Amino acid sequence: MSVAEQTFPSSWRRPPFIKNPLLRWSIIIGAAIYLALAFGTMDVNWQRAAEGLPRGQRFVAAFFPPNFSDNLGVMWDGIFESIWMAIISTIAGIALSIPIGLGAARNLAPKWVYLLNRSIIGGSRTFPEVILAIFAVKLFGFGPFAGFIALSIGTIGFYAKLLAEDIENMSASQAEAIKATGAGWFQWINYAIQPQVMPRMIGLSVYRLDINFRESAVVGIVGGGGIGATLNTAFERYEFDTAAAILLIIIGIVMVLEYTSGFLRKYVQ
Amino acid sequence: MPRIDSTNGPVWKRRTTKQQWAIWAGWLVALAITAFAWQRISEKTIWFFVQDAPRQAADIGSRMIPPKFSYMSKLWAPIWDTLNIATLGTVIALVIAVPVAFAAARNTTPHPIVRTIAIFIIVASRSVNSLIWALMLVFIFGPGVLAGTIAIGLRSIGFCAKLLYEGIEEIDHTQVEAIEATGASGPQKMVFGIVPQVLPTFAGIGVFRWDINIRESTILGLVGAGGIGLELNGSINTLAWTQVSMILLVILLTVVVSEWVSAKVRGAII
Repeated sequence: MSVAEQTFPSSWRRPPFIKNPLLRWSIIIGAAIYLALAFGTMDVNWQRAAEGLPRGQRFVAAFFPPNFSDNLGVMWDGIFESIWMAIISTIAGIALSIPIGLGAARNLAPKWVYLLNRSIIGGSRTFPEVILAIFAVKLFGFGPFAGFIALSIGTIGFYAKLLAEDIENMSASQAEAIKATGAGWFQWINYAIQPQVMPRMIGLSVYRLDINFRESAVVGIVGGGGIGATLNTAFERYEFDTAAAILLIIIGIVMVLEYTSGFLRKYVQ
Repeated sequence: MPRIDSTNGPVWKRRTTKQQWAIWAGWLVALAITAFAWQRISEKTIWFFVQDAPRQAADIGSRMIPPKFSYMSKLWAPIWDTLNIATLGTVIALVIAVPVAFAAARNTTPHPIVRTIAIFIIVASRSVNSLIWALMLVFIFGPGVLAGTIAIGLRSIGFCAKLLYEGIEEIDHTQVEAIEATGASGPQKMVFGIVPQVLPTFAGIGVFRWDINIRESTILGLVGAGGIGLELNGSINTLAWTQVSMILLVILLTVVVSEWVSAKVRGAII
Protein backbone atom coordinates (compact mmCIF):
# COMPACT_ATOMS: atom_id res chain seq x y z
CA MET A 1 0.00 0.00 0.00
CA SER A 2 1.53 3.29 -1.02
CA VAL A 3 1.48 6.29 1.21
CA ALA A 4 -1.00 8.06 -1.05
CA GLU A 5 -3.67 5.38 -0.56
CA GLN A 6 -3.45 5.40 3.19
CA THR A 7 -6.13 7.42 4.90
CA PHE A 8 -4.98 9.94 7.40
CA PRO A 9 -7.28 11.76 9.78
CA SER A 10 -7.81 15.21 8.34
CA SER A 11 -8.86 16.91 11.55
CA TRP A 12 -7.15 17.14 14.91
CA ARG A 13 -8.54 17.59 18.34
CA ARG A 14 -6.76 18.61 21.43
CA PRO A 15 -6.22 15.73 23.84
CA PRO A 16 -8.50 16.20 26.87
CA PHE A 17 -7.02 17.33 30.18
CA ILE A 18 -8.21 14.21 32.01
CA LYS A 19 -7.31 11.21 29.86
CA ASN A 20 -9.57 8.57 31.37
CA PRO A 21 -13.03 9.21 29.81
CA LEU A 22 -14.88 7.49 32.66
CA LEU A 23 -13.18 9.69 35.26
CA ARG A 24 -13.64 12.76 33.09
CA TRP A 25 -17.37 12.28 32.65
CA SER A 26 -17.96 11.31 36.25
CA ILE A 27 -16.20 14.50 37.38
CA ILE A 28 -18.26 16.62 34.97
CA ILE A 29 -21.56 14.97 35.96
CA GLY A 30 -20.65 15.03 39.64
CA ALA A 31 -19.84 18.74 39.42
CA ALA A 32 -23.16 19.41 37.66
CA ILE A 33 -25.13 17.51 40.31
CA TYR A 34 -23.25 19.31 43.07
CA LEU A 35 -23.88 22.73 41.57
CA ALA A 36 -27.58 21.97 41.16
CA LEU A 37 -27.79 20.79 44.77
CA ALA A 38 -25.80 23.74 46.07
CA PHE A 39 -27.90 26.32 44.28
CA GLY A 40 -31.06 24.45 45.17
CA THR A 41 -30.36 24.41 48.89
CA MET A 42 -28.70 27.78 49.19
CA ASP A 43 -31.07 29.89 51.18
CA VAL A 44 -30.68 33.15 49.33
CA ASN A 45 -33.26 35.86 49.60
CA TRP A 46 -32.89 37.19 46.06
CA GLN A 47 -35.43 39.89 46.65
CA ARG A 48 -33.43 41.16 49.58
CA ALA A 49 -30.28 40.98 47.47
CA ALA A 50 -31.93 42.93 44.65
CA GLU A 51 -33.14 45.54 47.12
CA GLY A 52 -29.60 45.71 48.38
CA LEU A 53 -28.12 46.78 45.06
CA PRO A 54 -29.24 50.43 45.12
CA ARG A 55 -28.34 50.43 48.79
CA GLY A 56 -24.99 48.98 47.80
CA GLN A 57 -24.53 51.83 45.36
CA ARG A 58 -25.15 54.35 48.09
CA PHE A 59 -22.90 52.32 50.36
CA VAL A 60 -20.06 52.36 47.85
CA ALA A 61 -20.69 56.04 47.16
CA ALA A 62 -20.36 56.71 50.89
CA PHE A 63 -16.79 55.40 50.67
CA PHE A 64 -15.80 58.24 48.37
CA PRO A 65 -13.92 60.35 48.90
CA PRO A 66 -11.94 58.52 51.60
CA ASN A 67 -11.69 60.72 54.65
CA PHE A 68 -8.15 60.75 55.93
CA SER A 69 -8.39 63.85 58.08
CA ASP A 70 -11.26 63.66 60.57
CA ASN A 71 -10.11 60.69 62.64
CA LEU A 72 -6.43 60.91 61.89
CA GLY A 73 -5.23 60.44 65.47
CA VAL A 74 -7.35 57.36 66.10
CA MET A 75 -6.35 55.89 62.77
CA TRP A 76 -2.63 56.25 63.40
CA ASP A 77 -3.05 54.81 66.89
CA GLY A 78 -4.75 51.76 65.42
CA ILE A 79 -2.22 51.33 62.65
CA PHE A 80 0.78 51.57 64.94
CA GLU A 81 -0.85 49.20 67.39
CA SER A 82 -1.31 46.76 64.52
CA ILE A 83 2.30 47.16 63.45
CA TRP A 84 3.64 46.56 66.97
CA MET A 85 1.28 43.62 67.35
CA ALA A 86 2.42 42.13 64.03
CA ILE A 87 6.11 42.54 64.89
CA ILE A 88 5.94 41.14 68.39
CA SER A 89 3.69 38.23 67.45
CA THR A 90 5.89 37.32 64.49
CA ILE A 91 8.94 37.25 66.75
CA ALA A 92 7.25 35.34 69.55
CA GLY A 93 5.67 32.96 67.05
CA ILE A 94 8.99 32.24 65.36
CA ALA A 95 10.74 31.76 68.71
CA LEU A 96 8.14 29.15 69.59
CA SER A 97 8.22 27.66 66.09
CA ILE A 98 11.89 26.82 66.11
CA PRO A 99 11.78 24.05 68.77
CA ILE A 100 8.43 22.83 67.45
CA GLY A 101 9.70 22.83 63.87
CA LEU A 102 12.84 20.92 64.86
CA GLY A 103 10.71 18.40 66.70
CA ALA A 104 8.34 18.02 63.78
CA ALA A 105 11.08 17.13 61.28
CA ARG A 106 10.99 13.41 60.67
CA ASN A 107 14.75 13.14 60.16
CA LEU A 108 15.65 14.80 63.48
CA ALA A 109 13.10 13.70 66.02
CA PRO A 110 12.09 10.32 67.39
CA LYS A 111 8.63 9.14 66.44
CA TRP A 112 6.73 10.25 69.55
CA VAL A 113 8.25 13.76 69.55
CA TYR A 114 7.44 13.98 65.86
CA LEU A 115 3.80 13.02 66.38
CA LEU A 116 3.41 15.37 69.35
CA ASN A 117 4.80 18.37 67.47
CA ARG A 118 2.88 17.56 64.30
CA SER A 119 -0.36 17.56 66.27
CA ILE A 120 0.50 20.95 67.82
CA ILE A 121 1.06 22.29 64.31
CA GLY A 122 -2.12 20.67 63.03
CA GLY A 123 -4.17 22.14 65.87
CA SER A 124 -2.87 25.64 65.36
CA ARG A 125 -3.33 25.45 61.59
CA THR A 126 -6.92 24.27 61.76
CA PHE A 127 -8.43 27.21 63.52
CA PRO A 128 -8.37 30.57 61.80
CA GLU A 129 -6.75 33.44 63.72
CA VAL A 130 -10.17 34.93 64.37
CA ILE A 131 -11.38 31.91 66.34
CA LEU A 132 -8.12 31.88 68.29
CA ALA A 133 -8.66 35.59 68.92
CA ILE A 134 -12.18 35.03 70.26
CA PHE A 135 -10.79 32.69 72.89
CA ALA A 136 -7.78 34.91 73.59
CA VAL A 137 -10.15 37.83 74.20
CA LYS A 138 -12.18 35.66 76.59
CA LEU A 139 -9.05 34.73 78.50
CA PHE A 140 -6.91 37.88 78.41
CA GLY A 141 -9.51 40.60 78.06
CA PHE A 142 -9.98 43.09 75.25
CA GLY A 143 -6.97 44.73 73.67
CA PRO A 144 -3.81 44.08 71.70
CA PHE A 145 -2.49 41.43 74.11
CA ALA A 146 -5.27 39.04 73.05
CA GLY A 147 -4.50 39.75 69.41
CA PHE A 148 -0.82 39.15 70.07
CA ILE A 149 -1.54 35.72 71.60
CA ALA A 150 -3.85 34.72 68.74
CA LEU A 151 -1.41 35.79 66.04
CA SER A 152 1.53 34.11 67.77
CA ILE A 153 -0.33 30.81 67.90
CA GLY A 154 -1.34 31.26 64.28
CA THR A 155 2.30 31.87 63.36
CA ILE A 156 3.35 28.54 64.88
CA GLY A 157 1.11 26.56 62.55
CA PHE A 158 2.53 28.30 59.52
CA TYR A 159 6.18 28.72 60.38
CA ALA A 160 6.88 25.49 62.24
CA LYS A 161 5.29 23.47 59.46
CA LEU A 162 7.37 25.09 56.73
CA LEU A 163 10.51 24.88 58.86
CA ALA A 164 9.94 21.18 59.47
CA GLU A 165 9.36 20.57 55.77
CA ASP A 166 12.46 22.51 54.84
CA ILE A 167 14.54 20.49 57.30
CA GLU A 168 13.13 17.27 55.91
CA ASN A 169 14.14 18.34 52.39
CA MET A 170 17.69 19.43 53.27
CA SER A 171 20.75 17.70 51.94
CA ALA A 172 21.64 14.91 54.35
CA SER A 173 25.27 14.75 53.28
CA GLN A 174 26.11 18.11 54.86
CA ALA A 175 24.50 17.06 58.10
CA GLU A 176 26.50 13.84 57.99
CA ALA A 177 29.73 15.71 57.33
CA ILE A 178 29.25 17.88 60.39
CA LYS A 179 28.33 14.86 62.47
CA ALA A 180 31.54 13.13 61.31
CA THR A 181 33.59 15.95 62.86
CA GLY A 182 32.26 14.87 66.25
CA ALA A 183 29.87 17.77 66.70
CA GLY A 184 27.38 17.72 69.55
CA TRP A 185 23.65 18.03 68.96
CA PHE A 186 23.54 21.84 69.23
CA GLN A 187 26.62 22.22 67.07
CA TRP A 188 25.09 19.87 64.57
CA ILE A 189 21.88 21.96 64.43
CA ASN A 190 23.80 25.21 64.28
CA TYR A 191 26.37 24.31 61.64
CA ALA A 192 24.66 21.67 59.50
CA ILE A 193 20.98 22.56 59.54
CA GLN A 194 20.71 26.24 60.31
CA PRO A 195 22.76 27.44 57.30
CA GLN A 196 20.73 25.26 54.95
CA VAL A 197 17.32 26.48 56.04
CA MET A 198 18.17 30.08 56.98
CA PRO A 199 17.73 31.88 53.63
CA ARG A 200 14.26 30.51 53.05
CA MET A 201 13.26 31.05 56.67
CA ILE A 202 14.22 34.73 56.62
CA GLY A 203 12.04 35.21 53.55
CA LEU A 204 9.19 33.36 55.21
CA SER A 205 9.43 35.41 58.38
CA VAL A 206 8.97 38.62 56.40
CA TYR A 207 6.08 36.98 54.61
CA ARG A 208 4.55 35.98 57.94
CA LEU A 209 4.98 39.55 59.21
CA ASP A 210 2.95 40.62 56.22
CA ILE A 211 0.26 38.01 57.01
CA ASN A 212 0.19 38.97 60.68
CA PHE A 213 -0.31 42.61 59.80
CA ARG A 214 -3.21 41.70 57.53
CA GLU A 215 -4.69 39.37 60.14
CA SER A 216 -4.34 42.03 62.82
CA ALA A 217 -6.96 43.93 60.85
CA VAL A 218 -9.49 41.18 61.54
CA VAL A 219 -8.66 40.07 65.06
CA GLY A 220 -9.70 43.59 66.03
CA ILE A 221 -13.25 42.86 64.89
CA VAL A 222 -13.64 40.35 67.71
CA GLY A 223 -11.88 42.58 70.25
CA GLY A 224 -8.21 41.86 69.67
CA GLY A 225 -7.07 45.45 69.27
CA GLY A 226 -5.19 47.06 66.41
CA ILE A 227 -6.49 48.65 63.24
CA GLY A 228 -9.33 46.10 63.08
CA ALA A 229 -10.89 47.62 66.15
CA THR A 230 -10.71 51.06 64.58
CA LEU A 231 -12.15 49.72 61.33
CA ASN A 232 -14.98 47.99 63.14
CA THR A 233 -15.80 51.17 65.05
CA ALA A 234 -15.83 53.11 61.80
CA PHE A 235 -18.31 50.61 60.33
CA GLU A 236 -20.50 50.66 63.39
CA ARG A 237 -20.65 54.44 63.40
CA TYR A 238 -21.44 54.37 59.64
CA GLU A 239 -18.36 56.49 58.99
CA PHE A 240 -17.70 54.75 55.70
CA ASP A 241 -15.36 57.43 54.40
CA THR A 242 -13.06 56.78 57.36
CA ALA A 243 -13.40 53.03 56.79
CA ALA A 244 -12.36 53.56 53.17
CA ALA A 245 -9.32 55.53 54.30
CA ILE A 246 -8.35 52.75 56.72
CA LEU A 247 -8.75 50.08 54.02
CA LEU A 248 -6.59 52.11 51.63
CA ILE A 249 -3.90 52.50 54.30
CA ILE A 250 -3.98 48.73 54.95
CA ILE A 251 -3.62 48.05 51.22
CA GLY A 252 -0.76 50.54 51.01
CA ILE A 253 1.16 49.02 53.93
CA VAL A 254 0.63 45.49 52.63
CA MET A 255 1.95 46.57 49.23
CA VAL A 256 5.08 48.06 50.83
CA LEU A 257 5.60 44.91 52.91
CA GLU A 258 5.14 42.72 49.86
CA TYR A 259 7.74 44.62 47.86
CA THR A 260 10.12 44.60 50.84
CA SER A 261 9.74 40.88 51.35
CA GLY A 262 10.28 40.19 47.65
CA PHE A 263 13.38 42.36 47.66
CA LEU A 264 14.71 40.83 50.88
CA ARG A 265 14.15 37.30 49.63
CA LYS A 266 16.09 38.02 46.44
CA TYR A 267 18.89 39.60 48.48
CA VAL A 268 19.16 36.68 50.91
CA GLN A 269 19.14 33.92 48.30
CA MET B 1 36.71 33.19 54.07
CA PRO B 2 38.91 35.86 55.67
CA ARG B 3 42.25 34.97 57.16
CA ILE B 4 43.62 36.95 60.06
CA ASP B 5 47.34 36.70 60.84
CA SER B 6 48.08 36.55 64.51
CA THR B 7 51.22 35.75 66.46
CA ASN B 8 50.18 32.11 66.69
CA GLY B 9 49.85 31.80 62.93
CA PRO B 10 46.86 32.40 60.65
CA VAL B 11 43.34 32.16 62.01
CA TRP B 12 40.35 31.54 59.76
CA LYS B 13 37.05 33.20 60.54
CA ARG B 14 33.67 32.70 58.92
CA ARG B 15 33.16 36.44 58.39
CA THR B 16 35.28 39.58 58.15
CA THR B 17 35.27 41.86 61.18
CA LYS B 18 33.13 44.35 59.25
CA GLN B 19 30.52 41.74 58.38
CA GLN B 20 30.46 40.57 61.96
CA TRP B 21 29.83 44.11 63.20
CA ALA B 22 27.10 44.63 60.63
CA ILE B 23 25.36 41.47 61.81
CA TRP B 24 25.62 42.52 65.45
CA ALA B 25 24.22 45.94 64.59
CA GLY B 26 21.34 44.25 62.79
CA TRP B 27 20.59 42.16 65.86
CA LEU B 28 20.73 45.24 68.06
CA VAL B 29 18.25 47.12 65.89
CA ALA B 30 15.94 44.10 65.79
CA LEU B 31 16.13 43.77 69.55
CA ALA B 32 15.41 47.47 70.06
CA ILE B 33 12.36 47.30 67.78
CA THR B 34 11.08 44.21 69.58
CA ALA B 35 11.53 45.80 72.99
CA PHE B 36 9.79 48.96 71.86
CA ALA B 37 6.90 47.03 70.28
CA TRP B 38 6.53 44.92 73.39
CA GLN B 39 6.50 47.99 75.59
CA ARG B 40 3.75 49.60 73.49
CA ILE B 41 1.62 46.45 73.67
CA SER B 42 2.17 45.85 77.36
CA GLU B 43 1.19 49.37 78.39
CA LYS B 44 -2.23 48.75 76.85
CA THR B 45 -2.64 45.46 78.65
CA ILE B 46 -4.49 44.98 81.89
CA TRP B 47 -2.13 42.55 83.57
CA PHE B 48 -4.68 41.42 86.12
CA PHE B 49 -6.66 39.74 83.32
CA VAL B 50 -3.50 38.08 82.04
CA GLN B 51 -2.69 36.71 85.50
CA ASP B 52 -6.24 35.51 85.74
CA ALA B 53 -6.08 33.78 82.35
CA PRO B 54 -4.99 30.28 83.49
CA ARG B 55 -7.90 30.12 85.91
CA GLN B 56 -10.28 31.32 83.19
CA ALA B 57 -8.86 28.79 80.74
CA ALA B 58 -9.36 25.97 83.22
CA ASP B 59 -12.89 27.18 83.89
CA ILE B 60 -13.94 27.43 80.25
CA GLY B 61 -12.12 24.18 79.49
CA SER B 62 -14.05 22.33 82.15
CA ARG B 63 -17.31 23.75 80.83
CA MET B 64 -16.50 22.58 77.31
CA ILE B 65 -16.16 18.92 78.29
CA PRO B 66 -17.86 16.77 77.22
CA PRO B 67 -18.91 18.11 73.78
CA LYS B 68 -22.65 17.99 73.27
CA PHE B 69 -22.86 15.28 70.60
CA SER B 70 -26.63 15.53 70.27
CA TYR B 71 -26.12 19.04 68.88
CA MET B 72 -24.70 17.45 65.73
CA SER B 73 -28.19 17.05 64.24
CA LYS B 74 -28.44 20.84 64.05
CA LEU B 75 -25.02 21.23 62.49
CA TRP B 76 -25.42 19.39 59.19
CA ALA B 77 -27.15 22.30 57.46
CA PRO B 78 -24.56 24.92 58.53
CA ILE B 79 -21.73 22.61 57.41
CA TRP B 80 -23.36 22.17 54.02
CA ASP B 81 -23.67 25.97 53.81
CA THR B 82 -20.02 26.37 54.75
CA LEU B 83 -18.98 23.90 52.05
CA ASN B 84 -21.10 25.74 49.50
CA ILE B 85 -19.69 29.12 50.48
CA ALA B 86 -16.15 27.79 50.04
CA THR B 87 -16.79 25.91 46.80
CA LEU B 88 -18.93 28.46 45.00
CA GLY B 89 -16.68 31.26 46.23
CA THR B 90 -13.68 29.45 44.75
CA VAL B 91 -15.53 29.01 41.45
CA ILE B 92 -16.37 32.73 41.30
CA ALA B 93 -12.78 33.61 42.11
CA LEU B 94 -11.35 31.31 39.43
CA VAL B 95 -13.68 32.70 36.76
CA ILE B 96 -12.61 36.27 37.52
CA ALA B 97 -8.96 35.40 38.21
CA VAL B 98 -8.30 34.03 34.69
CA PRO B 99 -8.69 37.31 32.75
CA VAL B 100 -6.96 39.22 35.56
CA ALA B 101 -4.02 36.80 35.47
CA PHE B 102 -3.66 37.05 31.69
CA ALA B 103 -3.73 40.84 32.03
CA ALA B 104 -1.13 40.76 34.78
CA ALA B 105 1.39 38.35 33.23
CA ARG B 106 4.20 40.18 31.45
CA ASN B 107 4.09 37.94 28.40
CA THR B 108 0.34 38.12 27.75
CA THR B 109 -0.66 41.57 28.95
CA PRO B 110 -2.08 43.81 26.24
CA HIS B 111 -0.56 46.99 27.71
CA PRO B 112 1.58 48.00 30.72
CA ILE B 113 -1.26 50.18 32.04
CA VAL B 114 -3.62 47.18 31.97
CA ARG B 115 -0.95 45.24 33.85
CA THR B 116 -0.76 47.89 36.57
CA ILE B 117 -4.54 47.83 36.99
CA ALA B 118 -4.55 44.03 37.17
CA ILE B 119 -1.78 44.05 39.78
CA PHE B 120 -3.73 46.59 41.82
CA ILE B 121 -6.82 44.35 41.68
CA ILE B 122 -4.70 41.44 42.90
CA VAL B 123 -3.15 43.38 45.79
CA ALA B 124 -6.44 44.99 46.84
CA SER B 125 -8.22 41.64 46.88
CA ARG B 126 -5.44 39.99 48.86
CA SER B 127 -5.00 42.79 51.39
CA VAL B 128 -8.59 42.89 52.52
CA ASN B 129 -9.46 39.85 54.61
CA SER B 130 -12.55 37.83 53.74
CA LEU B 131 -14.07 38.79 57.08
CA ILE B 132 -13.86 42.47 56.15
CA TRP B 133 -15.26 41.77 52.69
CA ALA B 134 -18.10 39.90 54.40
CA LEU B 135 -18.64 42.79 56.83
CA MET B 136 -19.18 45.12 53.89
CA LEU B 137 -21.23 42.69 51.81
CA VAL B 138 -23.59 41.97 54.68
CA PHE B 139 -24.44 45.67 54.58
CA ILE B 140 -25.37 45.32 50.91
CA PHE B 141 -26.93 41.86 50.51
CA GLY B 142 -28.17 41.33 54.01
CA PRO B 143 -27.00 38.52 56.27
CA GLY B 144 -26.74 35.09 54.68
CA VAL B 145 -24.85 32.73 52.45
CA LEU B 146 -24.77 35.05 49.45
CA ALA B 147 -22.68 37.69 51.20
CA GLY B 148 -20.30 34.97 52.44
CA THR B 149 -19.91 33.40 49.00
CA ILE B 150 -19.14 36.70 47.33
CA ALA B 151 -16.75 37.67 50.14
CA ILE B 152 -14.81 34.42 49.68
CA GLY B 153 -14.84 34.97 45.94
CA LEU B 154 -13.52 38.53 46.13
CA ARG B 155 -10.87 37.58 48.61
CA SER B 156 -9.63 34.63 46.55
CA ILE B 157 -9.28 36.49 43.24
CA GLY B 158 -5.96 37.98 44.28
CA PHE B 159 -4.48 34.70 45.49
CA CYS B 160 -5.56 32.71 42.42
CA ALA B 161 -4.65 35.42 39.93
CA LYS B 162 -1.23 35.95 41.51
CA LEU B 163 -0.25 32.27 41.39
CA LEU B 164 -1.76 31.88 37.93
CA TYR B 165 0.06 34.85 36.40
CA GLU B 166 3.32 33.62 37.88
CA GLY B 167 2.54 30.29 36.22
CA ILE B 168 1.85 32.02 32.90
CA GLU B 169 5.12 33.93 33.11
CA GLU B 170 7.03 30.69 33.62
CA ILE B 171 5.70 28.83 30.57
CA ASP B 172 7.91 27.34 27.90
CA HIS B 173 8.01 29.87 25.06
CA THR B 174 9.19 27.44 22.42
CA GLN B 175 5.76 25.83 22.40
CA VAL B 176 4.05 29.17 21.83
CA GLU B 177 6.52 29.89 19.05
CA ALA B 178 5.77 26.54 17.45
CA ILE B 179 2.06 27.35 17.45
CA GLU B 180 2.82 30.79 16.06
CA ALA B 181 4.84 29.21 13.23
CA THR B 182 1.74 27.37 12.03
CA GLY B 183 0.17 30.75 11.37
CA ALA B 184 -2.06 30.85 14.45
CA SER B 185 -3.75 34.08 15.42
CA GLY B 186 -3.42 35.73 18.83
CA PRO B 187 -6.37 33.97 20.51
CA GLN B 188 -5.37 30.66 18.93
CA LYS B 189 -1.87 31.03 20.34
CA MET B 190 -3.46 31.61 23.72
CA VAL B 191 -5.75 28.58 23.52
CA PHE B 192 -3.30 26.09 21.98
CA GLY B 193 0.05 27.41 23.17
CA ILE B 194 -0.45 28.84 26.64
CA VAL B 195 -3.61 27.33 28.13
CA PRO B 196 -2.52 23.66 27.92
CA GLN B 197 0.69 24.57 29.73
CA VAL B 198 -1.00 26.35 32.64
CA LEU B 199 -4.04 24.08 32.97
CA PRO B 200 -2.46 21.79 35.59
CA THR B 201 -1.30 24.84 37.57
CA PHE B 202 -4.79 26.26 37.30
CA ALA B 203 -6.43 23.11 38.63
CA GLY B 204 -3.85 22.87 41.41
CA ILE B 205 -4.44 26.49 42.46
CA GLY B 206 -8.20 25.94 42.47
CA VAL B 207 -8.00 22.95 44.79
CA PHE B 208 -5.42 24.62 47.02
CA ARG B 209 -7.53 27.74 47.42
CA TRP B 210 -10.65 25.64 48.02
CA ASP B 211 -8.91 24.06 50.99
CA ILE B 212 -7.99 27.49 52.40
CA ASN B 213 -11.51 28.76 51.74
CA ILE B 214 -13.07 25.96 53.78
CA ARG B 215 -11.07 27.23 56.72
CA GLU B 216 -11.96 30.87 56.07
CA SER B 217 -15.63 30.23 55.51
CA THR B 218 -15.96 28.70 58.99
CA ILE B 219 -15.59 32.17 60.52
CA LEU B 220 -17.69 34.28 58.16
CA GLY B 221 -20.74 33.67 60.30
CA LEU B 222 -19.24 35.92 62.98
CA VAL B 223 -20.34 38.93 60.96
CA GLY B 224 -23.55 37.26 59.80
CA ALA B 225 -22.43 35.86 56.47
CA GLY B 226 -23.73 32.32 56.97
CA GLY B 227 -22.19 28.92 57.59
CA ILE B 228 -21.06 27.24 60.76
CA GLY B 229 -19.59 30.47 62.15
CA LEU B 230 -23.14 31.65 62.77
CA GLU B 231 -23.73 28.71 65.12
CA LEU B 232 -20.34 29.27 66.71
CA ASN B 233 -21.08 32.91 67.36
CA GLY B 234 -24.51 32.08 68.75
CA SER B 235 -23.13 29.40 71.05
CA ILE B 236 -20.33 31.64 72.34
CA ASN B 237 -22.73 34.49 72.97
CA THR B 238 -25.12 32.26 74.90
CA LEU B 239 -22.16 30.72 76.79
CA ALA B 240 -23.20 27.25 75.61
CA TRP B 241 -19.68 25.90 75.92
CA THR B 242 -20.51 22.26 75.24
CA GLN B 243 -21.96 23.34 71.91
CA VAL B 244 -18.86 25.45 71.22
CA SER B 245 -16.57 22.47 71.74
CA MET B 246 -18.78 20.35 69.47
CA ILE B 247 -18.59 23.00 66.74
CA LEU B 248 -14.82 23.27 67.10
CA LEU B 249 -14.59 19.50 66.80
CA VAL B 250 -16.68 19.59 63.63
CA ILE B 251 -14.56 22.39 62.16
CA LEU B 252 -11.43 20.39 62.97
CA LEU B 253 -12.80 17.33 61.19
CA THR B 254 -13.99 19.31 58.18
CA VAL B 255 -10.64 21.00 57.79
CA VAL B 256 -8.71 17.74 58.14
CA VAL B 257 -10.89 16.02 55.54
CA SER B 258 -10.70 18.92 53.09
CA GLU B 259 -6.93 19.09 53.51
CA TRP B 260 -6.67 15.37 52.78
CA VAL B 261 -8.90 15.67 49.70
CA SER B 262 -6.95 18.65 48.42
CA ALA B 263 -3.61 16.90 48.92
CA LYS B 264 -4.88 13.78 47.09
CA VAL B 265 -6.28 15.76 44.16
CA ARG B 266 -3.16 17.88 43.84
CA GLY B 267 -1.05 14.73 43.98
CA ALA B 268 -3.10 13.28 41.14
CA ILE B 269 -2.80 16.42 38.99
CA ILE B 270 0.89 17.11 39.35
